[in-house]
Amino acid sequence: MALPSYTETRYRIWHYIYLTICTFVFFFLIAPLFVIFPLSFNAEEFLVFSEGMKNLDPDAFSLRWYKDMIYGTKNPWGLAAKNSFIIAIFATIGSIILGTLAALGLSSRHMPYKGLIMATLISPMIVPLIISGVAIFFFMAKAGLAATHTGIVLAHIILGTPFVVITVTATLSGFDHSVTRAAASLGSNPVNTFMKITLPLILPGVISGGLFAFVTSFDEVVVVLFLAGLENTTIPIQMWTGLREQLSPTILAVATCLILLSTLILISAELLRRRSERLRGINR
Amino acid sequence: MSSETKQILTTDGIPLEVSLKKAEKKNKIKAFLLVAPLLLFLVITYIFPIGDMFMRSVDDKMITNMLPKTFKAMEKWENLEELPPEEVYRSFYEDYKLLAENQQHGKLGQRLNKEKNGFNTITKKLFRQIKRKKIDESISIKEQINKLHKRWRNVEYWLAIKRTAPPYTVAKYLKGMDMYFDSDGSITQVEEDRRIHRILWLRTLEIAFFVTLFSFFMGYPIAHLLATLPMKYSNLLMICVLLPFWTSLLVRTASWMILLQQQGLVNDFFVMIGLVGDENRPEMMYNKVGTYVAMTQILLPFMVLPLYSVMKTISPSLMRAGKSLGGTPFVAFWKVYFPLTIPGIGAGCLLVFILAIGYYITPALVGGASGTLISNQIAFHMKTTLDWSFASAMGLMLLTGVLVIYWIYNKLVGVDNIKLG
Repeated sequence: MALPSYTETRYRIWHYIYLTICTFVFFFLIAPLFVIFPLSFNAEEFLVFSEGMKNLDPDAFSLRWYKDMIYGTKNPWGLAAKNSFIIAIFATIGSIILGTLAALGLSSRHMPYKGLIMATLISPMIVPLIISGVAIFFFMAKAGLAATHTGIVLAHIILGTPFVVITVTATLSGFDHSVTRAAASLGSNPVNTFMKITLPLILPGVISGGLFAFVTSFDEVVVVLFLAGLENTTIPIQMWTGLREQLSPTILAVATCLILLSTLILISAELLRRRSERLRGINR
Repeated sequence: MSSETKQILTTDGIPLEVSLKKAEKKNKIKAFLLVAPLLLFLVITYIFPIGDMFMRSVDDKMITNMLPKTFKAMEKWENLEELPPEEVYRSFYEDYKLLAENQQHGKLGQRLNKEKNGFNTITKKLFRQIKRKKIDESISIKEQINKLHKRWRNVEYWLAIKRTAPPYTVAKYLKGMDMYFDSDGSITQVEEDRRIHRILWLRTLEIAFFVTLFSFFMGYPIAHLLATLPMKYSNLLMICVLLPFWTSLLVRTASWMILLQQQGLVNDFFVMIGLVGDENRPEMMYNKVGTYVAMTQILLPFMVLPLYSVMKTISPSLMRAGKSLGGTPFVAFWKVYFPLTIPGIGAGCLLVFILAIGYYITPALVGGASGTLISNQIAFHMKTTLDWSFASAMGLMLLTGVLVIYWIYNKLVGVDNIKLG
């Protein structure tokens, strides 16, 4: 952002102060993530940079915590990762199906009580997690689903659908309904029209909502803490226990893997957003 | 003229109006059927259980069901200054005898003990007498019970039983505000040094408020920079906001635990620039400093993203117009740009505040003893003391607060401005 040449000195100074503040805030946001990366390769057991690491001595770095994460005998990370992925995948599928259907209905002109229904559908996003956790726990305990995968998947569908509803409704707001009418006039039945015309067009919105649902489930700890038994432990639960008891370098190895995963998700979300904007004809 | 000219008919002879209404209704049902599965699912698994929380929080039926005859007899007890009449004693004795036969008397004793200290001892005494069949039902029960212990001769204890009669109680809500029903039934505050819940509520509000404030002051400049920079730079900088946004909350908390520890990088830096000596490195974790720093960083993206999406829509020519009309850049910013960003500020502050008020993972990990917030307390009663009705009551108090904030926001700004990235 170059300043025009006629800017007065005091506004120049202000401008540079503003840029300094921005730099500081960006640093504050991103820097903490980069601390974890080098420390997870620490050869020692302490969570500080050793003298060797500061001097870039190759002996001070090792992969022992990654080995411990994968092969460690007492480590629950394998089970936790398996559970986390299974739960997140099923929760995402459930959220996508229920959320997309609801968004299609909500986008219809004919939908009665739209405001009230929308408020109900996105309420799990507004209600503080701890309250959702208590309420969902009461339901699962009564239904006999506490400490089961099914219970956790259902709980995560509750928390994930609002994201799908919001992103798909947003995608549908720019949707040209004349294409579905054209398909209908050409003799296509509604299901066929949806699969061949509507779905491909709203797919970016559906997938990006699905990504939100996946991350919500994969990162969720408050509700799972109420619901999970020993068999249903997930990565967030293990991280929570680990951070509370003893901050070990193995946790940092797991954290590094999670940062890599979130980078992947960020890239896909960003690509989807651009594709969806292109499809909706928003070019800025 | 016949009615044919007044009504337009479709080909099959039905008036157009009727036919249209029919089609409209069909569309309505179709739209509703699409929403129905999710709505039904949420109502059963989520909305009803929140209602269930409310029922649990006010439920006091246990004791109502245990002493049905007693409460019936107590309706005739008029002079509350004196001990209840013989009839009440007899009904209580009969109720209690039935409970003792079903091994339920212990629960009653514990419940009454909560109402008034010392009940457990005297109900146990009564139980032993009943077990040994020492109570003669043919003579006055009142006299026999009164002889057992002096507390039975104290009207306060009978009043305590009477207070438990209604099947619903707001006692749990009062407890959440550090108040209770006194022996004469009036609402009293607990002693000053035992008002723990009020401290927690205030601390929760304080932390949520300051985290929102910090996020706003840090988020506003960078959202502005992101919205005004050319696309190719802003996309790159956007990663700094989006990567933390997509990264696990626990990972970010872990990184702050490493940074803020006494031998951590932040303290290293302070020592290096000579701000503090190497021996007296300040404690930055397990206190409020840690909570504020970590929560602000974690919630900052929720402030930046709504601000950014609003600022993106403000045309730069507006600022230029303001300046060309004689305003200094400050005046142009304050009078033109800032008012246009208010919907974004509202959405960002609402999101951050609501998220912060229900937070407990990060404060529990980096906040130490002063990091206990109201959510921690709810989790504690759910998992440790198993006082679920109290946890429900506090949860609903928190929920009411959030809904009030949401409602105010909706009145002022409108909810439609919430966007995700």
